[in-house]
Amino acid sequence: MSSNATTTTGPAPTVYVPSAEALSTVLAPGARPPRPSPLSASLTFGWRAMLKIKHVPEQLFDVTAFPIIMVLMFTYLFGGALADSPRDYLQFFLPGIMVTSVVMITMYTGIGLNTDIEKGVFDRFRTLPVWRPAALVGMIFGDVLRYVLAAVVILGVGLVLGFRPDGGLLGVLGGIGLLVVFSFAFSWVWTFFGLVLRSEKSVMGVSMMVLFPLTFLSNVFVEPATMPGWLQAFVKVNPITQLVASVRAVMSGASDPSSTMWTLVWSAAFVVVFGTLTMYRYNRR
Amino acid sequence: MSRRSTGPAIEAEGLAKSFGDTRALDGLDLTVPAGTVYGVLGPNGAGKTTAVRVLATLLRPDGGRARVFGHDVIAEADAVRARVSLTGQYASVDEDLTGLENLILLGRLLGHRKPAARQRAESLLAAFGLTEAADRQVKKYSGGMRRRIDIAASILNTPDLLFLDEPTTGLDPRSRNQVWEIVRAVVAHGTTVLLTTQYLDEADQLAGRIAVVDHGRVIAEGTPGELKASVGSGTVHLRLRDAHQRPEAERLLRTALDVPVQLEPDPVALTARVGGDGSDLDASEQAARVLGDLARAGIVVDNFSLGQPSLDEVFLALTDHPAVPADERDEQLEAAR
Repeated sequence: MSSNATTTTGPAPTVYVPSAEALSTVLAPGARPPRPSPLSASLTFGWRAMLKIKHVPEQLFDVTAFPIIMVLMFTYLFGGALADSPRDYLQFFLPGIMVTSVVMITMYTGIGLNTDIEKGVFDRFRTLPVWRPAALVGMIFGDVLRYVLAAVVILGVGLVLGFRPDGGLLGVLGGIGLLVVFSFAFSWVWTFFGLVLRSEKSVMGVSMMVLFPLTFLSNVFVEPATMPGWLQAFVKVNPITQLVASVRAVMSGASDPSSTMWTLVWSAAFVVVFGTLTMYRYNRR
Repeated sequence: MSRRSTGPAIEAEGLAKSFGDTRALDGLDLTVPAGTVYGVLGPNGAGKTTAVRVLATLLRPDGGRARVFGHDVIAEADAVRARVSLTGQYASVDEDLTGLENLILLGRLLGHRKPAARQRAESLLAAFGLTEAADRQVKKYSGGMRRRIDIAASILNTPDLLFLDEPTTGLDPRSRNQVWEIVRAVVAHGTTVLLTTQYLDEADQLAGRIAVVDHGRVIAEGTPGELKASVGSGTVHLRLRDAHQRPEAERLLRTALDVPVQLEPDPVALTARVGGDGSDLDASEQAARVLGDLARAGIVVDNFSLGQPSLDEVFLALTDHPAVPADERDEQLEAAR
């Protein structure tokens, strides 16, 4: 550390002198309130996520600019080739690109958790007598807000480009609702990797390796009918395919009970399996 | 109050924890009486932080057991968490949030309703001299302010046991004194404090008892007085004008004090302990006599100081090896520059 006694900038701040009197007032042990309920603790951690967005609004770049680029890029890249015009393609494609973008954004949950833990603030959270998963659930609550924002941005761009969903407002809300439920569940995959992997970079690497095949080898961009049989088999069981099919159906005013059921089954499975794994790692760290 | 139990605050037996091939804790035993400041003294890598993390329920030990106020740190982790707070070596508050937001957040997590949490946060900020910085992000705080918000966060609910992991490392002397004053106020209120430090001086200032830790084990334990008696209560540092006179000075010192004399890497410097158990003179009398002896022998002393033994000297006396291996120490000195 180098210090230079001759450089002083601005007025010297008032020096803090600890006063035994002032300290003893705050040290007097008051009544301890009962511990908060799991929901209340999770919502408080969700509030922390909001505050972080307030202080570092740049982090919203990935839920605004990235989705806009995705929509514009693929609509005009594939629109003419795959459908008669970008506008026609959009009717098919928009629900899919909405799913792709939001599911890709879920990986930031893992990256965020990984950096949070590096910084040491989780040490404090983990010594608090609160419901253990609250810190992570709250963090994902904050992320859910980002998912909604991304979905709304994409919808907005889509509407401007000519997307006209037959399902109307209710259909669109239903579609976004399904997407958010799935993304909440899928985030637990990343909390697990965020805890297991050592650095932010490796979390990013693993996320990409999982997300690219998952989103592209699906029904997002084209109907699977033209694909070879082995690929169709994968596409068929891919949870993204189920999610896209159900969102597409709801937004177009129809319904696809089988896909919707599979979407919810996958969501429950992600929470149960990766939520459990995450908490196991979280408690053992 | 009834929650102040009479038994020890911490009882740990044979704690062991390895990270890969490194044995961070290797059979650590510790008994910390309630209501006191207990110092855990040791160099970097001695296992201090690992011990604190195990006792604060953040890490599971591989072996041994530990109880905090009678509650097992593994089986009854929640009961332990309800009574302890930890101020870690690194910021244990959210750097992106303001000081006020951090304290409200923690207050809410401890079950306070929003108005009560805010009120508590504001009075804590005032008591810690942070009112002006309340709405600034913690990452913009100075080192001393950061320590204070960390400690304020730890006493949101006045804990029965407070862990302070190297609370003054990297602080300037004034901020260090502020932290010391806070620690004294905290312990005066009946909270037990476990403090880790690399500075004998700090442990001496604050702690009622000290455990010296090396390689994951306690190698000495006692009151500061007892420890210093075993090491010598003071250390004489000498810098001679002429390096050629050092061997003669060393011989003189050794006969006068009857203790080993340490030759420093600097060719004109040497160090010796004074005021140990064997002498009937106190440290300053012995030092004065040595100075006289040197002057009579015609050895010119450029610089002379009498101080407390450093951690290095304590370690030399207790273990026959310095706290930090010489090559590592040079690297640290390099890095510190």
